[in-house]
Amino acid sequence: MSLAETPQKRPFWTMARRDAAAGYVFIAPQLIGIIAFVLVPLGLVFWYSLHEWNVLASTFNYVGAANYQMLLADPNLPSVLWASAVFSVGLVILNMSLALLLAVLLDQKLRGLVVFRTLFFSPVVVSLVAWTIVWSFLLQNNGGINGLLAMLGIEGPNWLRNPATAMVSVVVVQVFKNVGLNMVLFLAALQGVPKELYEAARVDGAGRFKQFRRITLPLISPTILLTSIITVVGSLQVFAQIAVLTQGGPGMSTTVLVYYLYQQAFQFHFFGYGSTLSILLFVIVAALTFAQWQLRKRIVFYEN
Amino acid sequence: MKTKYLKTSAAIAGIVLGLAASGTAWAQDAVNLRMTIWSANEAHLAMFNEIAEGFKATHPNVTVSFEPLPFDSYTTTLTTQIAGGNPPDLAWILETTAADFVNSGALAPLSDAFAATEGYDIADVSEKATALWTRDGQLYAYPFSTSPFALFVNNDVITAAGAKTPAELIASGEWTWDNAFATAATVGQSGKTGLVVRDFKYQVWQNLASIWNGWGATPWSEDGKTCTFADQPMVDAMTAIHKAIFTDKAMPGPGEDIDFFAGETGMTITQISRASLLPTENPFDWDLVPLPAGPVGEYAVVGQAGVGAFAAGANVDTAVAFLAYMTNPENSQKLAQFFPPARASLLNAETLAATNPLLSAEQIDNVVISGISNGVVLPGHTNFAQIQQTIRASLDSLWVADADVAAVLGNVCSSVSPLLAR
Repeated sequence: MSLAETPQKRPFWTMARRDAAAGYVFIAPQLIGIIAFVLVPLGLVFWYSLHEWNVLASTFNYVGAANYQMLLADPNLPSVLWASAVFSVGLVILNMSLALLLAVLLDQKLRGLVVFRTLFFSPVVVSLVAWTIVWSFLLQNNGGINGLLAMLGIEGPNWLRNPATAMVSVVVVQVFKNVGLNMVLFLAALQGVPKELYEAARVDGAGRFKQFRRITLPLISPTILLTSIITVVGSLQVFAQIAVLTQGGPGMSTTVLVYYLYQQAFQFHFFGYGSTLSILLFVIVAALTFAQWQLRKRIVFYEN
Repeated sequence: MKTKYLKTSAAIAGIVLGLAASGTAWAQDAVNLRMTIWSANEAHLAMFNEIAEGFKATHPNVTVSFEPLPFDSYTTTLTTQIAGGNPPDLAWILETTAADFVNSGALAPLSDAFAATEGYDIADVSEKATALWTRDGQLYAYPFSTSPFALFVNNDVITAAGAKTPAELIASGEWTWDNAFATAATVGQSGKTGLVVRDFKYQVWQNLASIWNGWGATPWSEDGKTCTFADQPMVDAMTAIHKAIFTDKAMPGPGEDIDFFAGETGMTITQISRASLLPTENPFDWDLVPLPAGPVGEYAVVGQAGVGAFAAGANVDTAVAFLAYMTNPENSQKLAQFFPPARASLLNAETLAATNPLLSAEQIDNVVISGISNGVVLPGHTNFAQIQQTIRASLDSLWVADADVAAVLGNVCSSVSPLLAR
């Protein structure tokens, strides 16, 4: 047998396979985490939503779409979805506009900016529950906020017990908690805008507002998209603030979807129906994220 | 090479099987019971641990650990543990959720085990005390605490405001809700707080039973099927409470967090077990008096706590045996120092005075013994959490100055009736 006829055995560990294996090893922890803590629970929640689960009686019966039919007939659902929408819209508008305003102010070359950046960002790293408990004391009828207003001769409302002010209070507490995160992201984006563009605009006679609208906003629009997605998704998951400040009241005025599903599953022990509400939340978050992602083609400016 | 692998495998298998076998033996011998409680009070825990140690005399292989859970989320945490496949062997249960636990079949029956326990004397435990925890003649949880609601009084605050103290009103036979609210209103006008219903916080409305029972009001009919919130006794009682809050300023309004034991409040309605909160530094002249008489006369309201063993637990028989030991006459006497007992033999001034040194003989007679003997338990219902929340949401519109009491209570019934009728 000649040498030319000898079959060449291909080595198993080719460079491509080694690279692929290394890649899989690197992503393995994240992948296992996503499977164990996202995909499996998601599947389980869907499975639970098809069952009536009485924890105390230890019964777990398949009921098909009954929980979904209950969802459609739930008389509380419209007010819960309305409260969720009001909270999300209020939070997104207030948080993003305030974060952008603070970022623009902190982007100036002024003294003491580091102090202000730290001041606005520090609530982000404070424990959420601790932050909310402090605010619950400040907002109570005989609390700090109304004490300050009284010094100014103003009789403050009963912030957390009045349907007109309870949701506003929760939104404001949440904005103060997290505005620093968006502010830092906006600040980073603002500092990435080439300064020569402003110089050119000034040469062309553009005012500060026009510069902001025509240069700043388009160039930071990818960050606006990112922060809007984060803020919208985060707003739909609000729980601790509601649990500590209002427990969903007064009436049902601050009962948002996550708090309602917590009540159904963990307080009322309707785990099947609670799971159905979780699926509804998942669908809403997925739809909103998809819609925002689609909007990027129209509103986000990419340099390339 | 193969021989070497075989030897190694055999050695490993031998070690593993040996460990497994001895592990099985340990598992048969050692029993670890877990009991959830809602008190993290060190004195309570020390007493429970002492009782658990005593159980070791007859069950040397049994260890009992007590797991305190926060009171506010106690039942939620407990049911979450059950849902997560990690139920405790035993648990305290609130009176309001008793129906859920007793009727669901979650708890192990106790009557036979208690009857078979030497010296237990179940006949000593009154039927009134066990009514809430019994189904079809079978006891499912032991009511280890029957704690009457009463008024703690700060005489310093009341006399400084120029009002009559409850003791004076009792002495003159004028201890009624009208006069109690009048005293509280006088204190309120002096800049202090008149009367606080502890833990009510305009959320836990069932605690108002300590007031509305004086009007003969109930939230639902005896069979639990019909809402009675809109009936005249409740309208009258709620009108009186509303007036006390918003017109007379006798009670703090919604959103005001006031603690009686800080010393700035005239009176508070709470259970007698709260006596432990009385300040030792800067003490004030305090008193403990029974609830004032309402339009239907004198009455009493009690809060109950039961302990049950979970039927689905791995060590049900041992858990039930421990519960029988924990609540036998001897240990019931120990428990009585913190938790007013359900045993008739312990309901006497001598026993209760020895275990409640802060209370005078008169207070024990008038408040504790009389309260336990005559008290009606706080309202509870199957599916209480949902009913509680539904009524809470409807009642929120009552807690404003210009509320139409009758209309609000009518709305309460509209919203809760479908749940009661289930």
